[in-house]
Amino acid sequence: MMKSDDCLKALARHVTDADIVVPVYTAAFDWILIRPHQLNYLAHGAMGLASSHGLGLALGRPDKRVIVLDGDGSLLMNLGSLVSIAEAAPPNLIHFLCENGTYEANGGHPIPNRRGVDFAGFARSAGYRGVHTFSDLKIFEQQVGAILAEPGPVFVDLKVSPSGPQNRDYSLLHGPAVRAATRAALMAS
Amino acid sequence: MDARATSHDQLSSRGGDLSGSVIIREIKASGIEFVVSLPDITTSEGLLRPLALGASPRLIRVCKEDEGIGICAGLAHCGKRALLLIQQTGMLDSINAIRGVAVEYELPICMMVGLLEKEPGVRPRESKRYGVRIVEPILDAMGIAYHEIEGAADTSKIKPAIDDAYARSRPVALLIGRRPLAS
Repeated sequence: MMKSDDCLKALARHVTDADIVVPVYTAAFDWILIRPHQLNYLAHGAMGLASSHGLGLALGRPDKRVIVLDGDGSLLMNLGSLVSIAEAAPPNLIHFLCENGTYEANGGHPIPNRRGVDFAGFARSAGYRGVHTFSDLKIFEQQVGAILAEPGPVFVDLKVSPSGPQNRDYSLLHGPAVRAATRAALMAS
Repeated sequence: MDARATSHDQLSSRGGDLSGSVIIREIKASGIEFVVSLPDITTSEGLLRPLALGASPRLIRVCKEDEGIGICAGLAHCGKRALLLIQQTGMLDSINAIRGVAVEYELPICMMVGLLEKEPGVRPRESKRYGVRIVEPILDAMGIAYHEIEGAADTSKIKPAIDDAYARSRPVALLIGRRPLAS
């Protein structure tokens, strides 16, 4: 089991200024501290839609790499998006999953069948071009750079422990000023 | 919330039957580059099937309608125009996504919504079908502009409605009240 923020720090070392990053809830609150950037796309509503926003961004900006940092509770609410993404097959979409086994942003309750569910299996059978699973930070650190260079859609399941207490001020994710800044940055980039 | 754009035109097949090819022409004239869709029985043959045969706009098939709200939002952020082609059952299933992403985030999410089981020539809110009758009041409650597309003359509403949605960065619903012909 890895610490979520350690994984995100390892990933951040390989993310460029041109990349669009779509982090979800718990990952988002860690990510905006690790790598604040105007191309962090933080406002994707609720109920697990980040992967779908990511697909729209990847289709709309094929010149840019789109990195989704999903949560397992979120993805369970939008599992069909795996199939939709696989069919659309954007080569510029990398879909990370921070699998901590809980709805961490909503009280830390466990996801259904947390010990049995196989997210990488879902992505593989949905038709993602590449699928990876990591539970060892050193191995992830060694491979993340190469994974980001793979043609997408790629799915990366990160087995992480819950992040623990965070300052979950949601205005930092989808307040009007944040949304306007993201939109302007996307149009200008 | 913005003023609604409900059409109060006499509802009929004004100007003749709905033509799928004319609707597609209007969609293209609106600058739509992507149609995101889950099959809807009202528009299945007249719209979705011919759209699937063409290269432009690009058809993105989804498994659930709220995915489409997210996809269209991402595209809107990239300056790309998209149309979500769905059934009203799917729209009702996606109310939270529409509420959060389209309305509260003030994004130009354009929905073309087939009204399953609406009686031809009957206004949606006067339908005997509960699932049809509630559509416009729900859109009213959410402050979402909508237009009834029932006859050939109504197709002229499509481009202005989409242009307006993008100009104001607000969602719009185009309610397809009868099956368009494929021609």
